[in-house]
Amino acid sequence: MAQVKKAIDKFGLPRIIILVFFFVLIITAGVLNMNVPALLGDVIRRWGMYGILVLAMVPGIQCGIGPNFGVTIGISGGLLGALISIELRDKGFFENFSHNATLDAFMGIFVALLLALIFASVFGILYGMLLNRVKGSEMTVSTYVGFSVVALFNILWLVLPFRSKTSIWPLAGDGLRNTISLEADYKEVFNNFLGFKIGGIYIPTGLLLIFFLACFCVWLFLRSRNGIMMSAAGANPVYAKAAGINVDKMRILGTTLSTALGGIGIVMYAQSFGFLQLYNATQMMGFSCVASVLIGGASINRASIINVLIGTFLFQGILAVALPVANMLLPEGQLSEILRIIISNGIILYALSKSKGGTR
Amino acid sequence: MNTKKKLNVRSLLRDNNVTILFIVLCIGAYFASGTTLNFLLPELFTRIGRNTFMVLSLLIPVVAGLGLNFGIVIGAASAQIAIFLVLLMGVKGLPGLLLCVVICTPLAIFFGYLIGRLFNSMKGTEMIGGLVAGYFSDGLYQLLFLFVLGGIIPIANKTLMISTGVGVKNTMKLGDKAGLKYALDNIPMINILDVLFWGGLVASALILLYRLLKKQPLGIGRILKFFVPVAAVYALSFIPVVGRFLGTNRLLLLNAIELGALVAVIVSVIKIIKMKAIDKKAGLPKKEIMGIVIAALAYGATYIPPLFSAFSVVKLPVMTYVCIAGLVIFTSWFLNTKLGQEMRTVGQNRAVANSAGINVDRVRIIAMIMSTVLASYGQLISLQNIGTVATYGSHQQVGLYAIAALLVGGASVQQANAKQAVLGVVLFHTLFILSPVAGKQLLGNAMIGEYFRVFVAYGVIALSLAMHAWSKLMKGKEAAAKAEAAEAKS
Repeated sequence: MAQVKKAIDKFGLPRIIILVFFFVLIITAGVLNMNVPALLGDVIRRWGMYGILVLAMVPGIQCGIGPNFGVTIGISGGLLGALISIELRDKGFFENFSHNATLDAFMGIFVALLLALIFASVFGILYGMLLNRVKGSEMTVSTYVGFSVVALFNILWLVLPFRSKTSIWPLAGDGLRNTISLEADYKEVFNNFLGFKIGGIYIPTGLLLIFFLACFCVWLFLRSRNGIMMSAAGANPVYAKAAGINVDKMRILGTTLSTALGGIGIVMYAQSFGFLQLYNATQMMGFSCVASVLIGGASINRASIINVLIGTFLFQGILAVALPVANMLLPEGQLSEILRIIISNGIILYALSKSKGGTR
Repeated sequence: MNTKKKLNVRSLLRDNNVTILFIVLCIGAYFASGTTLNFLLPELFTRIGRNTFMVLSLLIPVVAGLGLNFGIVIGAASAQIAIFLVLLMGVKGLPGLLLCVVICTPLAIFFGYLIGRLFNSMKGTEMIGGLVAGYFSDGLYQLLFLFVLGGIIPIANKTLMISTGVGVKNTMKLGDKAGLKYALDNIPMINILDVLFWGGLVASALILLYRLLKKQPLGIGRILKFFVPVAAVYALSFIPVVGRFLGTNRLLLLNAIELGALVAVIVSVIKIIKMKAIDKKAGLPKKEIMGIVIAALAYGATYIPPLFSAFSVVKLPVMTYVCIAGLVIFTSWFLNTKLGQEMRTVGQNRAVANSAGINVDRVRIIAMIMSTVLASYGQLISLQNIGTVATYGSHQQVGLYAIAALLVGGASVQQANAKQAVLGVVLFHTLFILSPVAGKQLLGNAMIGEYFRVFVAYGVIALSLAMHAWSKLMKGKEAAAKAEAAEAKS
C-alpha cells in the first residue's frame, strides 16, 4: 500500500486524474459510436502542432527563469516572420527560383522559419537581459511583459506596411486580418510530407519528424557543455557561480533558446492549423504551453523532453477528444474551451502550490 | 540647502516616475484629442464613481505583504452570482441591491478564504498565483453559468436564460424592469442624512450606555465632534430650500466644490479661533491658512468660463461617493487597529511577525477575505452604475484595470495608500477615455488608441513589477556587498 502511495506521489495525482480522464473520454467516444481513429489522428496532429511551443518551456525552466509565460514574445516574432514570408511569396520572390507549387510552399515555410528564428532570437536576447534584472519575480514579470508585447504587436499589425492581399482586409478596415489563410502558402506542407494512414489514423509524418528533430536538438544541447552549464545555473545559481559559470549569460542563453523555439513553434503550429492568428489570439498561448509541460511531469524548476512529449500528448489529447464528445453530449458547445481553461490553470496552480510555501 | 533641494527633486522624479509619465501622457492625449473638458469630466467622474471602490479593495493585501491581489476577479465573479440570484428572485431597487450584498458577502468570504489558503501554500509567488487562480475560477464560473444553471439546476425564468433553457444569456440587464440600475446612485442625500442622524444618535447612545455600565471615561467630546455637524446639517434640512436641494440624489460638481470650499473655510476658521482664543498658541496657523487659500482658489476656479461650464455638467451620484469615502476612512481606521498592525508586521517581515507570536497564515487569510469581499462590493457598485452585466466578461478585466490604476497612482507591490488609489484612478481613466479619441485624431484610427490603452495597462503593470523586482535585487546585492565588506574588515 505504501509503495502504491509512493508511486502515485511520484507520478503525481493530477497526471493520474488527467490520464484516467483521457481514457474515459476515449471510451465514451467509442460508446457513442464516434470515429475513434479519426479522433486519435486528430490527437496526433495536435501533438505535433503544439509540440515545439511546449518544447520552448524546457530551456526556460532549466536555465532558472521558470515556466516562460512570456513565450508570446517569441510567438509574436514568429508571426512577423511568417507574415514577411507571405509578403515575399506575393511579390513573386519564390517564383524566381522554381515554378513548382510544392517547392514554393517549402521555400515559403523555410523562409518563415528562418525569419522567425532571427526575430525571436533578437527579442529573446533583450528579454533575457530584462529577466536578469528581475531575478525571483520572473513569472509575474514575464507574464505581463508577454501581455504588453502582444498589445504592442496589436498596434504593429495595424500600422505595418504589409500589402499582400492574403494578409490585409480586402475592402474596408485598416491593417492585417484577424486570421490569415495559408492556403496559397504553406498550409500543411509538413503534415502532408510522407503522411500515411494506418488503421484509419492519419500520421502527419513530416510534422512529427520536425517535432522529434527539435526535441532531439534540445536534448543534445542539454547534454552539451553549454547545456550542462545552463542547467547548473538554473538549479543552483550560487553554486554555479562558485564553479565559474557566468549565470547571467546562461540565463540569457536559455531565455533566447526558449523564445526562439516559441517563434519556430508558432510557424509550425500555423502550417498545421492552416491559418495565422493575429491580435489577441496568442495572448494566452503561454499559459497553455506552461500547463502542458507541467501536466507532463515538470515542476517549475525542472523539466525534460519526456515531460514535453507526455504533457503535450495528454493535454492536447484531452482537448481534441473532449470537443467532439462534449458536442455530442451537450450541443451547446464551449464545454471544451471551459475544460481547457480549468485544466490548464488548475495544473499551474497545483505546480505553484507544490513548489513553495511553508508555515512561516 | 541648494544641493539638498536638487536631490529632493531628483528623488521625487525617480520615486514617482510612472505617475509623472502618466501625467505627461494624459496632458498630451488631452491636447492631441482636441476634446473639451465638457466631454472629459462627466465621463471621468462616472468612471471614478464606478472603479475607485474596487481599486481601494487592493490596499489591504498590499499592506499584508501579499502583493497586488489579482484574485479580486473572484470577488467580482461572486458579485455577479449574487446579481443573477437577485434578478431571479425579482427583488428591485435598493432592497434588491441590499439583497445582493447579503448574498455575495458569504460567497466572497468563502472564496477569499480559499484564495488565502491557496496563497499560503505559494508564498512568494502570490501574484502569478492570483492571476492564474482568477483564470481558473473564470473557467468554473463559465461552467456554472453555461451548463449548471439550466442544465442541472432548472431555471424557470425565460428572460435570463438562453432560448434552449441551458445557460445564462450573454448580458443581464439591470435597468428597466429589473430595477437595479442606479439602485445605489439614486439614493437621495436627505435619506443619507436621515440614516447618519438617527443611526448616529442610536450609536452614540449605545456607546455612552456601554461606557457608563463599564465605568469607562465617557469621551463625550469626541462623540459630539462627530454628532454636532451632522445634527446641524440635519436641522438645516428643515429649511425648504435646503430640503429641496438635499432631496435630489445627484450633486453638481460645481455645487460640490462650492460646498467643499465652504466647509473647508468653516473648519479652518473654527480651528484658528480655537487655537488663538482657547489654547492661546503663538505663531501663525500655517496649515489652516493654506486650507483657506486652497478653498478660495478652488472656488475662484469655478469662475473661469470653461471650467464653470464643465463643472456644471458633471453630476456626482452622492451615495456612491459617500461609500468610497467611507471605505477610505474604514481602511485607514482598520490599519491602525490591532489586526491592522499585525497585517503591517506580517507584510514587512513574516519571520519577525511569526516570532512575535502573530499567526501569519491566519492574518494573511483574513486580508484576502477582506479584499475579496470589498472587491465584490466594488463590482456591485460598478455594475449598478453601468446597468448591464456582461455575464461572461464584466469580471474578467477587473483585476487588470484596478491594479494598473493603483500602480499609476504611484503605489508599488509593497506599499499603497488611498491617495495613490484615487490619483491612479483619475489618471488611468483620463488616459482611457482620451486615447481612442487621440488615436483617431493623430493617426485616423480609433483602434490604435484602443490597443494603445490596453498596451499601457499591461505595460504599466509589467514596468512597475520589473522595477520593483530590480530594486529588490539591487538592495539584496548592496546588503550582500556590505556584509562582505564588513567581513573583510574583521
